[in-house]
Amino acid sequence: MINRECGVFRTTYQADMALYAVPLARISVAAFFLLFTLVVPFVVDTKHLLWLNFVGISLVAAIGLNLLTGFTGQISIGHAAFMATGGYTAAIMTTRADVPFWVGLIAGGVFAAVYGLIVGLPSLRVKGFYLAIATLAAQFITEWVINHVKWIGGGFQASIIIPPISLGPVRFDTEIEKYYLILAVAVLAIAVGLNIARSRLGRAFVAIRDRDVAAEIIGVDVFRYKLMAFMISSFYAGVAGALYVYYVGTANIESFQIARSIELLAMVIIGGLGSILGSIFGTFFVVLLPFVLEDVLEYFRGLLPVTDIHTFVSQLKLMVFGGLIILFLMLEPEGLNRLWRNVKDYFRVWPFSY
Amino acid sequence: MDFFLSLLVKGLTLGCIYALVALGFVLIYKATSVINFAVGEMMMLAGFLVTGFAGATGLGLPLGAAIGLTMLIMVLFGFALERGVLRPMIGRPVVGMIMATLGLGIFLRGFAPVLWGTDKKPLDLMLPSQPLRLDTILVTPVDLTGVGLTLFLLVCFAYFFQRTRTGIAVRAVADDQQAAMAMGIRVSSVFALAWALAGITAVAGGVIWGSKLSVDQFLALMGLKVFPVVILGGLDSVAGAVIGGLVVGVTENLFGGYFDKYVGGGLKDFVPYVLMLAVLMIRPYGLFGREVIERV
Repeated sequence: MINRECGVFRTTYQADMALYAVPLARISVAAFFLLFTLVVPFVVDTKHLLWLNFVGISLVAAIGLNLLTGFTGQISIGHAAFMATGGYTAAIMTTRADVPFWVGLIAGGVFAAVYGLIVGLPSLRVKGFYLAIATLAAQFITEWVINHVKWIGGGFQASIIIPPISLGPVRFDTEIEKYYLILAVAVLAIAVGLNIARSRLGRAFVAIRDRDVAAEIIGVDVFRYKLMAFMISSFYAGVAGALYVYYVGTANIESFQIARSIELLAMVIIGGLGSILGSIFGTFFVVLLPFVLEDVLEYFRGLLPVTDIHTFVSQLKLMVFGGLIILFLMLEPEGLNRLWRNVKDYFRVWPFSY
Repeated sequence: MDFFLSLLVKGLTLGCIYALVALGFVLIYKATSVINFAVGEMMMLAGFLVTGFAGATGLGLPLGAAIGLTMLIMVLFGFALERGVLRPMIGRPVVGMIMATLGLGIFLRGFAPVLWGTDKKPLDLMLPSQPLRLDTILVTPVDLTGVGLTLFLLVCFAYFFQRTRTGIAVRAVADDQQAAMAMGIRVSSVFALAWALAGITAVAGGVIWGSKLSVDQFLALMGLKVFPVVILGGLDSVAGAVIGGLVVGVTENLFGGYFDKYVGGGLKDFVPYVLMLAVLMIRPYGLFGREVIERV
């Protein structure tokens, strides 16, 4: 039960596409699920629970971006724009139409998906750099529209305040209640992402990434699947944006600027392009790094020549992210996920590694 | 009419300065086919270096020496970048290259304020502060210097690419790396040269933008304006960079001048990107770019 196979011995496509490659995977997934539902919330204090909540929200967006950039090979530097679309949709619907939480969440995703479809349209005509630039343009145009159209953003640099989350009679006020909510959404996002990756859809995405002309020749409808990748990816981003807005309680364009887009890209690259597990690693790393840095620096406060730790950390964070993106791209383009696989491969045949 | 003319002149001078930054981008793309997302950050770095060497907040060197030293450092930085980061990336998918330069940009954006602080530093070019008056149109000396610098660099680059041996070697490499190699051109030194030249244009851009806006980490944001310019002009065309810059500068100034009051301002940051999206849909290789874009 707990032993691993020492190589790849799959003989059927079914085995190759299985969600759990080995019996141990099923056990470890169950163990992690129990850990995060039953142990973590009762062991971790409120402050660290807050960190985990941010991880959970970003995870949804990062998986979405990985489906687009990692699996389909279409780079997006404007993913925060889709988060903003979802977030503002949820905020406007909640404050003006008083819709329940789950409707706002799904509507945020759907609106973002439609917007993603529009932004993805240039991908049918251009690729690579040109597509990156088109998504960058979408980022700036979205920021501008939210800032300048009063009906959407409430005015220049304004915030929309949203009432606390409630599902029917249940209200989600405390950090731990919100934790369970975010966990549920994140688990759903992971499950759907994994299933997309292993099924027909995901394989079509990978075919387009590896060589679009060849994909077309073996019968993948490139246009349709590219647009689908954009839609699914921005649906994820929209849900993440809506969740973020509900969680924080305000919708403000500050949280959806280009820095956020780049942070999402960092999660996907550092974690590993084209791997859901990698996105999980990357998100944990990127979201927790500034928090941990701040705590560590706070501890050594007396030794540092800086007065404002918070700005110092935000700059240090940029340096570390930028440096790591370059390092990972140069040395290990498959990211943290690959490092983890290397460790696994080492122990798989240990102690007789030949 | 006066209003229109003054907007037009303002747009043209601004466009020239955009073109100055775009030149650095085009140069890199032309010679090495690397898309440099860190143009703005390189410019910011140059601005920080100049204020760090000269000025009241820095070491107090004379301005000329400060700019000279900055040029030297930026050239070395260009060499190091090409050698350390971009050469190992050769042959990888274009997405990786884009993200590597993006990563470099992020790194520099964090690095500069750590070293030099977050407060605005004035960059005084010691030009007269009185604007020049042409009938009713005002032009500041800084803008005029920017225009002059752009034209000067443009002439230099044109001469370099058309008349000198090295310049023709760069064009040969841009055209076909393998053929150039077979003709005895050292491709790696051409790449290094291109990055060095990009470092020098970054200094020019950093000095002009720095004296217009004063130097802090937000100077890097001006680099983002380079994308509408190069998409419009064509990624690999020096003339296209200038004309694209002028078009973007004039369009955003005219739109800003006439329509800002209806939408509450900020059109200047909005119109160039809409223009760019339109160009992308209709003519992705730009006005003067080579039509080699691969259709999907």
